[in-house]
Amino acid sequence: MSGATPATEATEPQGKQEERGASSVLREILESSSLVVFAAILASLVLGGILIVVSSDDVATAAGYFFARPGDTFVAIGHSLGSAYAAMFNGAIYNTAADSFANGIKPLTQTLTMATPLIFAGLGLGLGFRAGLFNIGAQGQIVIGATLGAYVGFAWHLPVGLHLLVAVVGTMIGGALWGLIPGVLKATTGAHEVIVTIMLNYISVNLLAFLLSKDAFQQPGSDNPLAPPVDGSARYPSLLGSSYSLHWGFVLALLAAVGVWWLMERSTLGFTFRAVGSNPRAAKTAGMSVPLTYILVLTIAGALAGLAGSSQVLGTQPSLTTNVAASFGFDAITVALLGRSRPLGIVIAAILFGGLNASGPSLQVQAQLPIDVVLVVQSLIVLFIAAPPLVRFLFRLPEPRRVKEVTA
Amino acid sequence: MKNTLRIGAIAAVSAIALAACSSAPEEEAPATSAADVTSAPAETVDYKACMVSDAGGFDDKSFNQSGFEGLQQVAADLGIETATAESADGNAYGPNITALVDSSCDLIITVGFLLSQATVDAALANPDVNFAIIDDLADNDYDGTTDAPNIKPITFDTDEAAFLAGYAAAATTQTGTVATFGGMQIPSVTIFMDGFLAGVNYYNDQNGTTVNVLGWDGENGSFTGDFDDQTKGQSVTQGFIDNGADIIMPVAGPVGLGAAAAAQAAGNTWIIGVDSDWVQTAPEYADIVLTSVMKKIGASVYDVVDEAAVGAGFDVTPYVGTLANDGVGLADFYDAPVSDEVKAAIEEIKAGIIDGSIEP
Repeated sequence: MSGATPATEATEPQGKQEERGASSVLREILESSSLVVFAAILASLVLGGILIVVSSDDVATAAGYFFARPGDTFVAIGHSLGSAYAAMFNGAIYNTAADSFANGIKPLTQTLTMATPLIFAGLGLGLGFRAGLFNIGAQGQIVIGATLGAYVGFAWHLPVGLHLLVAVVGTMIGGALWGLIPGVLKATTGAHEVIVTIMLNYISVNLLAFLLSKDAFQQPGSDNPLAPPVDGSARYPSLLGSSYSLHWGFVLALLAAVGVWWLMERSTLGFTFRAVGSNPRAAKTAGMSVPLTYILVLTIAGALAGLAGSSQVLGTQPSLTTNVAASFGFDAITVALLGRSRPLGIVIAAILFGGLNASGPSLQVQAQLPIDVVLVVQSLIVLFIAAPPLVRFLFRLPEPRRVKEVTA
Repeated sequence: MKNTLRIGAIAAVSAIALAACSSAPEEEAPATSAADVTSAPAETVDYKACMVSDAGGFDDKSFNQSGFEGLQQVAADLGIETATAESADGNAYGPNITALVDSSCDLIITVGFLLSQATVDAALANPDVNFAIIDDLADNDYDGTTDAPNIKPITFDTDEAAFLAGYAAAATTQTGTVATFGGMQIPSVTIFMDGFLAGVNYYNDQNGTTVNVLGWDGENGSFTGDFDDQTKGQSVTQGFIDNGADIIMPVAGPVGLGAAAAAQAAGNTWIIGVDSDWVQTAPEYADIVLTSVMKKIGASVYDVVDEAAVGAGFDVTPYVGTLANDGVGLADFYDAPVSDEVKAAIEEIKAGIIDGSIEP
């Protein structure tokens, strides 16, 4: 899925289609090859490694007498890198210090748990990117989805099963509503989705802060801006038993990925989305409704982002706070770009990011590294992905073939 | 141009090379491992105290930082081990606490009400580990008791000290209007504003004056919405000054520095610092700081760790910082224009609050 589907590939001279502005940048990023993506990850890990070495006190001390005993410096460098990568492995994949396999595998389940909201939101954003819409609004869509879902979860008391279903649908409706607004504005007035979605992010966070200052959204007996925890009946059941944080939301995320793949690659609607993304004028000439497509794409993207909110309030963080969306809305942009907007790519990229996030605690506690190193590595990946020529220059990769995927 | 670059590069390289020329330490074995660095050389007590921040991080110039500094201080003094974990966001609370439990911490201190549930969960799952939480009672079912038997809540009756500040402000104002604002409307912030308002009202009652408080009426007030954006503090403060306020108490962490900047620019306006003594921590504004309402989080962390590691041992009795135990207090007035009668009255009120005859 992440590769080009041969049937839809066509040759076209690149120079002919002079796209300007954000959409051409977006297109170039989406069309960068898997090799470039891999090289970007590698380059950022190497740069992250340099950062780890430079920030290590031991290395600094040993380098102070480099000429007197150079070996020390290299030992210190090796040690700081070794402990950092060991901590990453222990925190994200398998804890080698655990007493049993069941405990050792916990970090991997944590990685998948942390990947879940990124899969949902990344799928939504990827959908928009392929339809030519640079949706920055996942953050707000997660917030509104989580707000509505959490409200259903703690204020309504429904039977087991039904409650979860209604709450999940609630998160989708919340997110879809928050995607519908920029969709309608773009379709009817031409308002640029980047600006509208960014503004809606602010509105959503402040709206949530306002709601959390009201008694209806606070725990009885407390004035803290913290909603009551969602009822047990509205939470995703855990997937591997209660000692693991992994919940059925992850499975739902994988199903959503399959659903989005089917939508984009097999359905008529998806073909319309892709056609509008490639060339809105041609799509219009072919009789497709471009405004309607914009509305639909942003609404579906919003619903998917809302589901990311469900993996928070119905999964790992049952009490709604203003911080519910963390930075998922923005991380998901990276995930979608890294996965080149294809469902499989997004799932893989989200798991990579989930792993980086899950390794944060052990990097800090075991390797004594600041959490910022993880953030820098993530940011470097974005930076390299956003500049394919830079990566090609660093790794001496050849220029891309003059073959272009029309269906980007 | 190229030559300049070359000369610059040579200079830089030689500087680095020279820096690397110092002699190697005498008998040290190969470089110390990263793990050894944390154990201070003067290790005398076998104890490991750990701390998890909320999403603000340990450099928030507010309660995370105060707590962290207290931990560093006590670790240096006692020679105990520490480990800390900053939370990038709410998803990291649980995993961070778990990582610290796994690294065999004896005491884990969490900072802020956002970590309350995660702390209770971890405390119930790990009955052998001791926990303490700052600014929260760890009582998420609101039955009046802590939810786990091994959590020590650390809270502060900040309104007692803020009451004194309100009295001092009411006695000092030239315009008859004082003001306060918060970062967010949460109990640990509004308790300052409640005390301040009560102190001003107390002064009015005692002296038959009508000093007016802007920004907080006991229910609603002015909040900037976060603890980061100093420009918001500046504009809120400017608004207060335009409405005649000449003494302002910003309860918003670093946002308060924006308030101080606005007050300094306006002239004839005083600021009441919060959390620490701003004459010490923000010396650039020392000449406009009337006093500060101190909430000694660092000292409380120090005491809790000290007692658990080398004192009577860990106990879960809630630590409540009050005027009586010096956990909260009013900073010195230094050169601020507060008359000796007012200072004497404040001492009296302080004694009254401590013995319970005055209700803040």
